[in-house]
Amino acid sequence: MLSYILRRLLLLIPVFLTVSIIIFGIIHLVPGDPIDNLNRIGSSPEQRAIIAARYGLDKPIYQQYFIWLSQLAQGDLGNAIVMRRPVADLLAQNIPFSLRLGGAALLFSTLLGIAAGTLAAIHKDTRIDRSVMAGILLGSTLPSFWLGLLLILLFSVELGWLPVSGARSWQAIILPVLTIGLGGTALVARVTRIAMLETMQKDFVMLLHAKGLPARRIQLRHVLRHAMMPVVTILGLRIGWILGGAVTVEFVFARPGLGTLLIKALNQHDYPVMQGCLLMLAMAVMLGTLIGDIVQAAMDPRVRHALT
Amino acid sequence: MTSISMTSTPSRWQSFRRSTAGKVLLTPKGGIAGAYLLILVLVALLAPWITPYPFDAQELSIAAQAPSMAHWLGTDEFGRDVLSRIMYGARTSLSVSITAISVSVFIGMALGAAAGYFGGMFDRGVTSAVDLSWSFPEILIALILVAIIGPGLTSTMLAIGVAYLAQFTRLTRSQILSLKNETYIEATLNLGAGHFHVIFRHLMPNALAPVIICGMLATGDAIILEATLGFFGLGAQPPVPSWGAMMSAGSALIFKAPWVIIFPGLAVAVTVVMINLFGDALIRALDIRAKLREG
Repeated sequence: MLSYILRRLLLLIPVFLTVSIIIFGIIHLVPGDPIDNLNRIGSSPEQRAIIAARYGLDKPIYQQYFIWLSQLAQGDLGNAIVMRRPVADLLAQNIPFSLRLGGAALLFSTLLGIAAGTLAAIHKDTRIDRSVMAGILLGSTLPSFWLGLLLILLFSVELGWLPVSGARSWQAIILPVLTIGLGGTALVARVTRIAMLETMQKDFVMLLHAKGLPARRIQLRHVLRHAMMPVVTILGLRIGWILGGAVTVEFVFARPGLGTLLIKALNQHDYPVMQGCLLMLAMAVMLGTLIGDIVQAAMDPRVRHALT
Repeated sequence: MTSISMTSTPSRWQSFRRSTAGKVLLTPKGGIAGAYLLILVLVALLAPWITPYPFDAQELSIAAQAPSMAHWLGTDEFGRDVLSRIMYGARTSLSVSITAISVSVFIGMALGAAAGYFGGMFDRGVTSAVDLSWSFPEILIALILVAIIGPGLTSTMLAIGVAYLAQFTRLTRSQILSLKNETYIEATLNLGAGHFHVIFRHLMPNALAPVIICGMLATGDAIILEATLGFFGLGAQPPVPSWGAMMSAGSALIFKAPWVIIFPGLAVAVTVVMINLFGDALIRALDIRAKLREG
């Protein structure tokens, strides 16, 4: 198991390098000279040289990359151009909000998905099955920012139960979690339903029936437990998905977080902040995939041996 | 007599019923979704002639008015007609997503076919690039691209195209891989056919259907992605009407004029659901559900 984890970590290195090169490239691939973007119009060549030297833009590009990477390793992500603060500070301030939202949404959508999938599987091919699955499919096809706005309209504007935006009170997280969670339930529900239906065909379930155990109890205690394997394995994959959802939903609810920060940076052309946010999000996705793979390998020895 | 109708050549209606189009359009799902999509495309094409008002006709005296007989879906903060803007927005949404996905499907098929057929280093390169982008959510890939190119419709198209490229490449590659060891391909090659002939005359036609349908379903997601980027202010720039940008402007008016965000969102949602239903009917008619899973 340990060697699997080590090998999996080694595989992550080229991925990280590729992603970091792409993200580093942002500042150099933007149309126009980055110095012009940093500078006021009509500055003299001397002023340009000073700016270039300050941001290290006068060195060859590969050298700039290694400088950036080594600074990154020390937790230095440069200074925000428009927001005029170290990027690391901005990130440190915003990441906890995203983690809280992402964690809560992951938990909520998983529980709701398992519940919905179980309900549909128990009532297979009935009206309950069809309406649960159709409702969930609908939830996942709605654009999440629109769903968020509708929830604001209903619960904040019409009913006045919950705050419209921000993150000052604990109630403020309810609507964002609902928004991401409702959209993300479909996959979990589908996987749960299929896994349960497959497990119900197994011999041990027939034996339990033959022993005379009540059907509900077999379904909820034995079948559900067996059906959880594939659900757990898709959890890791879903971390990236939840993060994508969080970017949108944070922006809708004007919650502080990586997503809101990223959109602000994109609109203000604040490249160091963009790089910082994108790097954090990309690393979170990689970490999520890694955790998912490790969990899967821990539960299924065949996966461990496949990677040699 | 029944025997006569059985022996006579099938009427046009019967042959339509047996064709793929017939199998799709004659189911309730496929029929309704097909009709909706046809109307939507017509509205988008004919928008300048059929909208009740020009999309940029401002009249501040009637700003943020609720739906009425004169303005069926109300007016926005500048007194522009929401219905007219949604109809024009269909142009932006559809043209951006369809163009981006078509180009992406085309490139993905070329890459996937070449990788699957020739194998080797090229295949390994393509596969690892696909695996890399596969693990990232589309919105994140799109935002990275927008960061590089800057906001606007061109970068939205490019972002959508690149975000879904991995999906098409992967699916085509797996189709080609499962087809290329078939006996008839071996026979064709032994008869002296060139690789070009084998790929384009024998492999691609067989691999086409699942990839095209995958592209069609992705168009639904692309419409959402386009609306999301528009909502962030990174897509269509004003005054070009797009469904996402309309909702973005409307979110400031959520207390005063909720219809400005409700209706464009409804347009996005209904369109995406209809595309999914139509795709589903097509999958059933062509009986290729299993093939789609391979990707």
